[in-house]
Amino acid sequence: MNETVLLLAAAIASGTPLVLAGLGLLINEKSGVLNLGAEGMMLVAAVAGFATALGTGSEILALGAGAAAGAVAAAAFGVLVIGLNANQYAAGLALSIFGAGLSAFVGIGYVGKKLEGPAAPLAGSIGHWLGELPLVGPLLFRQHPVVWLSLALTLLVAWLLYRTRAGLVLRAVGESPESAHALGYPVRTIRFAAVVTGGALCGVAGACLSVVYAPMWVEGLVAGRGWIALALTTFATWRPGRVLVGAWLFGGVTLLQFHLQAQGVAIASQLLAMLPYLATIVVLALISRNPAWIRANMPASLGRPFHAG
Amino acid sequence: MPRLQLEGITRHYPGVKANDGIDLTVAAGEIHAVLGENGAGKSTLMKIIHGSVRPDAGTVRWNGEAVQLASPAMAQALGISMVYQHFSLFETLSVAENVWLGLPRGESLASVARRIEAMGASYDLAVDPRRPLHALSVGERQRVEIIRALLGAPKLLILDEPTSVLAPQAIEGLFATLRRLASEGCSILYVSHKLDEIRALCDRCTVLRGGRVTGEVVPARETPGSLSRLMIGTEPPPLTRIAVQPGPVALSVHALSLPDETVHGTALDQVSLALRTGEILGIAGVSGNGQQALLACLSGERVIGPGGDRAAVRLFGNPVGGLGPRERRALGLHFVPEERLGRGAVPALGLDRNTLLTRTEGIGRVGQLKPRAMHALAARLIERFDVRAGGPGSAASSLSGGNLQKFIVGREIDAEPKVLVVAQPTWGVDVGAAAVIRAELLALRARGAAVLVVSEDLDELFLLCDRLQVIARGRLSPARPISETSPAQVGEWMSGLWPGAGNEGAAVATADGTR
Amino acid sequence: MRAGFLPRFEPRGQPSLALSIASPVIALLLTALLAAVLFVALGKDPWRGLSVFFIEPLSGWRPASEVLLKATPLVLCALGLSLCYRSNIWNVGAEGQFLLGAIAAGGMALWLGGPQGALGGLAAGDGPLAALAGRPLQLPLVLLAGVAGGAAWAAITALLRDRCNANEILVSLMLVYVAQQLLSYLVFGPWKDPKGFNFPQTPTFDPSTWLPPLMAGTRLHWGFVLALIAVPLFWFALFRSWRGFQLDVSGQAPAAARYAGFSARRALWTALLVSGGMAGLAGAMEVAGPLRQLTPHVSTGYGFTAIIVAFVGRLHPVGILLAGILLSMMLIGGEYAQSRLGLPGALTGVFQGSMLFMLLACDTLVRSRVRWPWARRLAP
Repeated sequence: MNETVLLLAAAIASGTPLVLAGLGLLINEKSGVLNLGAEGMMLVAAVAGFATALGTGSEILALGAGAAAGAVAAAAFGVLVIGLNANQYAAGLALSIFGAGLSAFVGIGYVGKKLEGPAAPLAGSIGHWLGELPLVGPLLFRQHPVVWLSLALTLLVAWLLYRTRAGLVLRAVGESPESAHALGYPVRTIRFAAVVTGGALCGVAGACLSVVYAPMWVEGLVAGRGWIALALTTFATWRPGRVLVGAWLFGGVTLLQFHLQAQGVAIASQLLAMLPYLATIVVLALISRNPAWIRANMPASLGRPFHAG
Repeated sequence: MPRLQLEGITRHYPGVKANDGIDLTVAAGEIHAVLGENGAGKSTLMKIIHGSVRPDAGTVRWNGEAVQLASPAMAQALGISMVYQHFSLFETLSVAENVWLGLPRGESLASVARRIEAMGASYDLAVDPRRPLHALSVGERQRVEIIRALLGAPKLLILDEPTSVLAPQAIEGLFATLRRLASEGCSILYVSHKLDEIRALCDRCTVLRGGRVTGEVVPARETPGSLSRLMIGTEPPPLTRIAVQPGPVALSVHALSLPDETVHGTALDQVSLALRTGEILGIAGVSGNGQQALLACLSGERVIGPGGDRAAVRLFGNPVGGLGPRERRALGLHFVPEERLGRGAVPALGLDRNTLLTRTEGIGRVGQLKPRAMHALAARLIERFDVRAGGPGSAASSLSGGNLQKFIVGREIDAEPKVLVVAQPTWGVDVGAAAVIRAELLALRARGAAVLVVSEDLDELFLLCDRLQVIARGRLSPARPISETSPAQVGEWMSGLWPGAGNEGAAVATADGTR
Repeated sequence: MRAGFLPRFEPRGQPSLALSIASPVIALLLTALLAAVLFVALGKDPWRGLSVFFIEPLSGWRPASEVLLKATPLVLCALGLSLCYRSNIWNVGAEGQFLLGAIAAGGMALWLGGPQGALGGLAAGDGPLAALAGRPLQLPLVLLAGVAGGAAWAAITALLRDRCNANEILVSLMLVYVAQQLLSYLVFGPWKDPKGFNFPQTPTFDPSTWLPPLMAGTRLHWGFVLALIAVPLFWFALFRSWRGFQLDVSGQAPAAARYAGFSARRALWTALLVSGGMAGLAGAMEVAGPLRQLTPHVSTGYGFTAIIVAFVGRLHPVGILLAGILLSMMLIGGEYAQSRLGLPGALTGVFQGSMLFMLLACDTLVRSRVRWPWARRLAP
């Protein structure tokens, strides 16, 4: 029992970067823009975050630096795709390739450097008491605050999307930019804002990986999580709550390989390392089998450029 | 002081002057028609007034003051609302949310829902604010658009071809609503190319041709002929129909039912028809009543699966329900789709390569392309069907709607099909091109081919067809010879109310004439 | 509400050949400019830096042969990708297909090379095909195995897209990671050279399976000639064949393809199998050519670089040949930058990514008229 709880807690911790990135991409995609550059944004942000943490010792500043780096990368993508009407797929791929190159280039000096691991989130006797609570203690109160941030963000995004006018406008732009434009909404500005927001959240996710989760930098640290986060929005049929649960599941799958290895299961580590990617493929195939399920929730203009009259 | 005054409005697009020095004046409480055929520049002008397109030159005055309409939001703030021909609505949102998005900030959704119901009651525009938009018929959607425009308390309401989606009875209802609005002081700009509607509804009328104003008249004092002369410069050329004795059944559909394929489309319910050689059979109906599914089943774009009744569609007696478009074309069935760019032709490719979509002249024996052969074919089509294009290599997207339609229809007619299925043959096409296309369809019939025309334009169907059927909610009415029916009766049938239509419940549900 | 601050772009009409060549050239110049700025920022002489990337790789036959060597897999992969992208099928997993080609070819080479015994029981006797006189089939079999491996890997993507409607971008990309792990598993595990001092690598293949060099003293092999032959073949397939036309239409206008009766499924399978096969062939030639064994580092990201090659080459075979040589120069330039300037080799990745960025931006700028929202307000 106790071990299961600890495993669950670890799954949540490992899934948290995916929650953050997934929510960012969800906002991004709800506006009708598909940003395949998630992996690149996360890589750049991971380096930026790691460098900041190393320089300042502040995790908050590090996550902020990650957000800023992600937002800048996303803004470049936004200028290309929204400003210049470039192909969204190609521009996203360009961002992913560029981000991989830039992060490797900038990060070369940080390989092998060590951060002090994150401190216990809740100090003092109350914190200790909360952490010792059964179930919620390890699942919640002994987690890094970034986990709390991801929970709060999930609620916030769900509330914004489905309970506010701003969310309604965002969904409307994603469904039919032409109609939204005709009604007088600044479609391109809204899309740009959504892209930059998405980039910032992917950035926090990237920094979270290098500063909190790993905590270290190696080339290609993100290891496909950007792409998994993209797949996650589809699995979740663009619903914030499902993004959260899906991300935790994937966090669990990622952990499974370490867990199995620790248990001494005689499967080569490389084969176990395939698990998250294979799981992504399998889930994607299963979810996509029902086109009505996808189509009813997918932003109708996703991936289509919008040409203002 | 006029409410709206345009002076010398000019707007260029690459290669065309869509508006060229247009003057237009609308008084308060006036219903003002803007008449012109397709491509005359009406839509561009309305977009300028609504702020979504900016003019290259000219002044817009609102209540006497010159204004720069930089965006639709700005126009809306002045009190200018527009009901587009293509609705600005969102399928996944509710009626109330759709309306809410069109109103200024600050009002709650619940209050908007209440006002929708109140407005519906007082203007005879009833629609349930809680329903999701995708569950609404085209006519109901138009109501949502109009309600949204009216809730903004507009001083000027622009309607772009509003009757193209309505059955005749619903048109009367719309006119009553518009007259009532005008009597309350709202000015109305009514954009149309339908002469009788303008004569019935409008106080004054500005006529456009080729981007210029050709006249400003009081429509009630004009005849259809005089309006038509202003609009197209001449009277429409008469069509010659020769009597042809219909032959055996060429294409038949028997009790075909199909489930819904898309999320928001209409399926087919026990549809039957029999098309003979030497005749033109028309399918009338308001768009969105199953035409797409029927056409896809006839063309082969939608193949009936092995589990379905593949014999439900027959070509000269042979079941063809399981065959694709190429196989059906090989058997002599050709099809002209409604969408020209992107379906009937590939926009970025030249006309020569576009012949390859349905013709085999340009394909060699080992699967290589023969550029000279397709060039020659395209040149022949350009010549024979009077297509105005730069040459056989011109991209399809560079042609005007009418010329591209002549090319596509020509491409299919030139193949000498035994059966030709045509959707909306002259939709959005200028009068000259429409005349060429209609004459060619009649000539094909005279050569003994069977022609099926699916159109929303009743005038056109009565001009072309030997017999008519009506499609409503995925069901097809019995066929009637043209001589034994009338536009009024067909209009009534467009609501699904034909003898033996059965299912009283359905009839009641559609009695408002919008389905 | 404001009128918006972003400029509008209106198409200039039909895109011409000159325009479509102009934007890669401008993108290249802009990338070079960015590189120069970067060199200055890093405290290096910008001219020296640029010459390392764009001149030194071509100075002399030896470095040039290396450029052509690396251009070979890029061109082969990109030709296949151009077919996909023209059909609007977004295969971004050429890297994985390349690796599977390398794995399959490597497996075949090890199997055929029998007596070295790396495959244990499989390699009993003197190699199953040794009976065939002079072993002329060895190399073709190795290359075919590569084609089959790449095509099979792409077929997974095609199958899942066809049957389950799964997004091909994500599936093909996930399969890259799976392929990397698979290769790593094989060279660390069952295929590891028992005499290799525990290095993660297979034994060296039997010389009968090697791709012979084109010229003595260089590593450039006959694969480059194959790539040169593939260029006109792809040109014909894309622009002068009925099948190519069908792919083009299904990419540009799916509704028109349905109307014409061109099968979307066939386009999907054709494009993915061909591009997977091409990437697999490239992988096979990489291991049968310069490497002659499998290691975890068979590819240096050829499959991803090939995406850039395909776009910079305008999805046109001739353009792809030129772009392949250009991007290969940048790969070699990255190595030189490391050895001669002491800069990280990852610089290449930065330049590659920014080049694609610039290209996409130039495409719009070159092909459209820019309308700035404030220009009208200033005009009288």
